[in-house]
Amino acid sequence: MRLEILDRGHRLHTKAIMALIRVFSGHPVVDAVKLAFYRPTFYGGGPLTHEAMRGQSDWSVGDRELMAAYVSKANECPFCVSAHSATATMWHADEAKVVATLADLETAPIEEPLRATLRMLDKLTRESNIAVDDILAVLASSVSVEQIKDALAVLLAFNITDRLANAFDFNIPSPEAMNAGARFLLKRGYR
Amino acid sequence: MSEIARLHRELVARVLEGDGKAAPELRRAAFENAGLVEPIQTLIEKVARHSYKVTDEDVAAVRAAGLSEDQIFEIVVCAAVGQASRQYASALAALASAVKRRPGQ
Repeated sequence: MRLEILDRGHRLHTKAIMALIRVFSGHPVVDAVKLAFYRPTFYGGGPLTHEAMRGQSDWSVGDRELMAAYVSKANECPFCVSAHSATATMWHADEAKVVATLADLETAPIEEPLRATLRMLDKLTRESNIAVDDILAVLASSVSVEQIKDALAVLLAFNITDRLANAFDFNIPSPEAMNAGARFLLKRGYR
Repeated sequence: MSEIARLHRELVARVLEGDGKAAPELRRAAFENAGLVEPIQTLIEKVARHSYKVTDEDVAAVRAAGLSEDQIFEIVVCAAVGQASRQYASALAALASAVKRRPGQ
């Protein structure tokens, strides 16, 4: 973590909550949680992320976690790729699917609507822009307008989170700690 | 996801106009990635365009220029929210155009 305040600058009762998390999870508090708990009345990105990732949508939670991992890969954010790969893997109970999607989208064993949507998210993330024809291609792949909007909400949330994770240099915890985090995200979400 | 627009609007309002240690003008400039001076400009440009390139030295330079950790926290958050918001707005605009141009519409 690049800023000391994000490591140790929390208010006393927040420090107590983080101590409880350490005790009950058996793992150190991950940097994403430390950020979420720091001055939530200033940043407090949790509710937006929660709505994008867990709000009502025709996309499954697992598909959205895979989108989060894919956007994070385009942003070259190792912490978020790791966290959301773990969460997508746990939801789908299919590690090979997640690994294959991140390795090569075009040959991965996923449905075409999801593939077309991930292609769009990747382009948007890398180029900060997208042509109308690219969106028409996604609509032609049997993705609804609402589903595109929902995928763009995931994009919004992770284009913020990835930048913060990279800029603040989030430490990547052990696979066991990541899996504990993934279980928490599937049970409780992001709020 | 009916709440996304409201939650996004509230987040932007908080980071630009909410209680903070950095001046609102500086937060706005970081959000827009425009009108900044060195060394802040280098840090914010990296956060906005290629955040994986941010280094300890970039943050140390801004600290040495007199910004506190809380001020750095705030302008980095502003830069991230600003760039992501512009990408999101351009994508929604492209979607609106696509819906109008869709065959059969």
